[in-house]
Amino acid sequence: MSFEAGARVRVKARDPDHHTRVPRYVRGHTGVVLTAIDRWPVPDDCARGIDPPREETCYAVRFSAADLWGSGDHAVTVDLWESYLDRA
Amino acid sequence: MTGHDDLPVAARTRQLEERLIAAGLTSDDEIDEFLTRLYTKASPVNGARMVARAWTDPRYRDLLLSDGDAGAAEMGFGDLTYGLRVVPNTGSAHNVIVCTLCSCYPVSLLGPSPGWYKSFAYRSRTVREPRAVLAEFGLALPPDTGITVWDSTSEARYMVLPARPDGTGELAEDDLAALVTRNGLIGTALL
Repeated sequence: MSFEAGARVRVKARDPDHHTRVPRYVRGHTGVVLTAIDRWPVPDDCARGIDPPREETCYAVRFSAADLWGSGDHAVTVDLWESYLDRA
Repeated sequence: MTGHDDLPVAARTRQLEERLIAAGLTSDDEIDEFLTRLYTKASPVNGARMVARAWTDPRYRDLLLSDGDAGAAEMGFGDLTYGLRVVPNTGSAHNVIVCTLCSCYPVSLLGPSPGWYKSFAYRSRTVREPRAVLAEFGLALPPDTGITVWDSTSEARYMVLPARPDGTGELAEDDLAALVTRNGLIGTALL
């Protein structure tokens, strides 16, 4: 599965007990894919010593401040690996 | 002058280094060599040169915005250890970079990051209320200027391409580069 620019995606609302690069403030929130940045090893796997780590596409995903915080007129863009996301 | 050695974070860092060394994962020499390599050429002059080129050469601007690594390489910075993404400021759109998870930052192009960039206050507040944070930097943006905050959570590193100041049409590229500040490249200042 992969996401095209403009796709609406929801960040999985997980709270893993290992390292992850999903900031808490976007968990469970819906954003829009701006672009696929590159393919990189999944940090969650690297941190746990999983060898080889999964390698996935990482996306720049744009969230509106109003959705994240309930107020604000800015946007926040977060880089998220594919397995952090579901199609919304 | 207070040395960094006095800070609690320095003691924590040293403890972590000692654990890693004890585990055989690195050595003091290796850490010193890495830091020397990282910092000797790292300077905001590098990012400033790229910005000045982008202001004067539309082809380079397009390259820099579409493929930051290629843009950096063309200016002699081909050894980046990250994927560079450059985001352009315009009259109606302002960008600012942050790393909420730690303090990721394009060190080789912007130089060592300022202390405030690593502070909990900057990291937590910039995603929540960037307009207020920027105002505290003395940057009062018009209400109709849209703000995008870039949280550096991946192997990509972000750099802002500031808008070219008015009245600089006659300046040569080197003189233009001298106008570019580190905070301008982070997005906490206009030029």
